[in-house]
Amino acid sequence: MSAEPENIEQTPSPIVAALQREHPEWIGEVIYAFGETTIIIPREHIVAACSFLKTWPEGRFDFLADICGADRGVEEEPRFEVNYHLFSTTKYHRVRLKVLLNEEDTHVESVTGVWRTANWHERETFDMFGVIFDGHPDLRRILLPDDWQGYALRKDFPLRGYEPYSLK
Amino acid sequence: MGLENVIAEALPEVLTTRLDSLINWARKSSLWPATFGLACCAIEMMNATTSRNDLARFGAEVFRASPRQADVMIVSGRVSRKMAPVLRRIYDQMPEPKWVISMGACATSGGVFDNYAIVQGVDKIVPVDVYIPGCPPRPEMLIHAVMMLQDKVSKESVRDRRDIPEEEAREAVVPGTLPVTDGSTARQNTLPESRPYTIASRHERRRSS
Repeated sequence: MSAEPENIEQTPSPIVAALQREHPEWIGEVIYAFGETTIIIPREHIVAACSFLKTWPEGRFDFLADICGADRGVEEEPRFEVNYHLFSTTKYHRVRLKVLLNEEDTHVESVTGVWRTANWHERETFDMFGVIFDGHPDLRRILLPDDWQGYALRKDFPLRGYEPYSLK
Repeated sequence: MGLENVIAEALPEVLTTRLDSLINWARKSSLWPATFGLACCAIEMMNATTSRNDLARFGAEVFRASPRQADVMIVSGRVSRKMAPVLRRIYDQMPEPKWVISMGACATSGGVFDNYAIVQGVDKIVPVDVYIPGCPPRPEMLIHAVMMLQDKVSKESVRDRRDIPEEEAREAVVPGTLPVTDGSTARQNTLPESRPYTIASRHERRRSS
């Protein structure tokens, strides 16, 4: 494995600097780690930030690689995070947007209007973590059975489920 | 004097046997499996029918894609909870007599997947006749299981496994067809709530009694 430069974790991304100039209110916190850039965005700005980043000439993040949820732990506050992994097929750079959610209010605006591929990713996040995407056209479970109880990837979900399976 | 002499004179044109033996011989010599490949065990199941292992030697090589034409369901692989109702439905669609082989550790007990998504053993859904251990079992083990099932079939009696109890058969409606019109549609509404084409197999009846 080749040696990484020492300062790669602190390298400020030019995208972030430009975005800071344009819309400073969108940027809650910026994390550099392992050569990756993560921007924590307030919940109410996520759709505006996504649609801006998609068409922004310096960004051109035309590809939504993934949306995934994460449960930081039952006692954490905020407990849930939703990660948006963006990629630009013309500029070849990546950025990760992160929205933090409290357990009591797991609502976030859907970005299906920006990238249509967000549809199934948001359904999966809803299925596994119970994050409600407001404005989603068809927010149903996608992996687990329709009559499933609970959200399987939450930390407090028991590994073996709530009850053994039977066809009653 | 008597019938024995007549039969002895007629040999070898006429043989006597028990009806059970004849029917079981016919049943066990052409077990048609329904394909229910769910995971990596299915690769071994396919391999069992290839020229190297040649399940056709035992009359069980005709894998049918339709459950209506199958005798044996080989559940090969892990059964997820989402798949479980589908599996039960396909089992219900198979005509009697029918048998089930649970192939591999996952179908038998859940295997290493001791979690919320996997049914811990297919015998929670359908009655199983032969279990095969292994992860995955070799094709030889599947062939052995088929031969064990043949032994089991040859010990059955046709009276054990009637297609439908008579009182139920009079009420049975083949799904997708119109009921025979005897002039009363009200009678149709009094059919039992349970799926009329589903026949509790001998195993289930034994278990419930």
